[in-house]
Amino acid sequence: MEKIKVLVAKPGLDGHDRGAKVVARALRDAGIEVIYTGLHQTPEMIAEAALQEDVNFVALSILSGAHMTIFPRVLDKLREKGIDDIVLTGGGIIPADDMKTLHEMGVGKLFGPGTSLEEIVNYFQETSKKKEVVVS
Amino acid sequence: MLTFDKKLDDDKDYQKDKQWKDETRKNCKERRNSFSNLSGMEINPLYSPFDLENTDFERDIGYPGEFPYTRGVHRNLYRGRLWTMRQFSGFASPEETNRRYHYLLKNGQNGLSVAFDMPTLMGYDSDDPISLGEVGRCGVAVDTLADMEVIFKGIPLDKISTSMTINGPAPIFLAMYIAVAQKQGVPIEKIRGTLQNDILKEYIAQKEWIFPPEPSMKLIVDTIEYGMKHTPKWNTVSISGYHIREAGANAVQELAFTLADGFAYVEAAIERGMDVDSFAPRLSFFFNSHNNFFEEIAKFRAARRIWAKRMKEKYGAKDPKSLMLRFHTQTAGCTLTAQQPENNIIRVAYQAMAASLGGTQSLHTNSMDETLSLPTEKAVKISLRTQQVLAHETGVTDTVDPLAGSYYVENLTGRMEEECEKYFTRIEHYGGVIEAIKKGFFQREIAHSAYMQQKKIDKKEDIIVGVNEFVDKDEDIEIQILKIDPHIEEKKVKELKELKSSRDQDVLKEKLDRIKQAAQNDENLMYSILDAVNVYASMGEIVQALKEVYGTYREPVIF
Repeated sequence: MEKIKVLVAKPGLDGHDRGAKVVARALRDAGIEVIYTGLHQTPEMIAEAALQEDVNFVALSILSGAHMTIFPRVLDKLREKGIDDIVLTGGGIIPADDMKTLHEMGVGKLFGPGTSLEEIVNYFQETSKKKEVVVS
Repeated sequence: MLTFDKKLDDDKDYQKDKQWKDETRKNCKERRNSFSNLSGMEINPLYSPFDLENTDFERDIGYPGEFPYTRGVHRNLYRGRLWTMRQFSGFASPEETNRRYHYLLKNGQNGLSVAFDMPTLMGYDSDDPISLGEVGRCGVAVDTLADMEVIFKGIPLDKISTSMTINGPAPIFLAMYIAVAQKQGVPIEKIRGTLQNDILKEYIAQKEWIFPPEPSMKLIVDTIEYGMKHTPKWNTVSISGYHIREAGANAVQELAFTLADGFAYVEAAIERGMDVDSFAPRLSFFFNSHNNFFEEIAKFRAARRIWAKRMKEKYGAKDPKSLMLRFHTQTAGCTLTAQQPENNIIRVAYQAMAASLGGTQSLHTNSMDETLSLPTEKAVKISLRTQQVLAHETGVTDTVDPLAGSYYVENLTGRMEEECEKYFTRIEHYGGVIEAIKKGFFQREIAHSAYMQQKKIDKKEDIIVGVNEFVDKDEDIEIQILKIDPHIEEKKVKELKELKSSRDQDVLKEKLDRIKQAAQNDENLMYSILDAVNVYASMGEIVQALKEVYGTYREPVIF
């Protein structure tokens, strides 16, 4: 199996990066290649990094309530760049209804507070096996 | 007087103590391999006088209201006056926030605490393209003095104390608050409250900075100096461990890093030429109250002792007020669970009790729904009632520092102090707090702690009720959540644009140029900022002017 490559990104102005860093480290410890963007990324910057790094997944961490603006914008930017083989996923404080709406738009699974690292790592490994194309 | 310095092998009591402990260890099966607190300190089955061999009553414990203030900064603490019940809030528009404040005051709250939205915290106006989607989301959006006038409409600033959680652009908000007071006809020496204004913990933990560390420190010293001269009842810096803890630090790290930040501000102000006793009484602290009950109480007690000792011995402070560590507490947001959210009410109640037994001066209790969204009015009311039940029904307020003399609590308080001193030495090796920040020391320590805590939860070494044990399968979280109207952003942007175009552009430019000039000349910036906010210069415009002089900061990426 090809090595999984994940871009972990913190979009927007919010600096609460505990979750992003813990997940990044758990993925790395599971043998997944992780690129962490650091803070204050725009959708454009994230899509560009995804393209340059040729990742299989983009994982956004959003705790500021701006998820309904940011996820669709990142999707648009990825599509604009003709990227159609990346799974856009993520986590944060995202109410269930919003998760459903985002999923319908083409966003992959989103993880809320209390999720175990094992569950997150499994998702990346399982999804990668299925070669599921979410952004299309 | 009790002394705890006997550990003689021929002492009968010591032999009995040792025998009991050895036998218990050998003969009593325990349900886990070891017991430790969240800082990783091993906890023994029993504590006795012989666990206090390093504790000296007079040097380390003493009396409330007396050095080293371990037992509290006030002689009679809550018998005199209860802690201030101060709920952090603010959301959406200035009008909505003003309405929530009147609601809270009507329900018995006695101090306000303003939560700003992300763009405001980062120094961007609502109409900045980078603010899109974040205006009014996790706090109130404030662009100009006009917004502050609305937020405090009908609230007399000489009667109510206000805490403002803002750091990067803090001097601008102090200036706006002063301007509102002046418009209400309140003499500015009467305003009471606290500006968070703690940039060091932003680089360390919360990541809401604007400028590089050195000019940021200069701005903070400006506010300290201004406060000393003009607003004697205003707390100029609230040195905050809360966010350090929320970012993943354990209790010892929270305590050590926060106090180290405090000493860094003291040193910076002394370097400006101020006498330590002229400003230190107006420094206050802000801690987290987390799950491990006794560990938290020991942390609060150790904080006071360490501060008092260092301020006296290292910085030569003489005014008792300089030695007294006063603090606000907030219950730990990171302990709240999205699962079975009503359980959070119980967590918050225990954490609040730890804060009161630790002698806090003011308290914010979190609402049960905060892992899902900003709290609803009902959830906020329950959390305020939690404090009122604690204060009026449990009796914990009847005597001062009731846990003093507990072998366990005193032992833990001493260990907190020892562990803290070890961190101070490490920070000194880096060349101080700012150098340690630049080298990523704190960030690495915190990221590592956060990861280890999550691993323990995943392995069920730490149990979180409803999350990794006692889980309700197929739980459908039925809780009403607060939705922010997306039109608020459009309205805010439109109003700001109208206000911006209605100003006298020449006057505005002159005021902003004056700020830049003052920054270049290294003058105290409070005066020119106050002039600018009075002509409705926006926060973003003032920040931009300062960025042109100071530049911005990017952190080393560590995980």
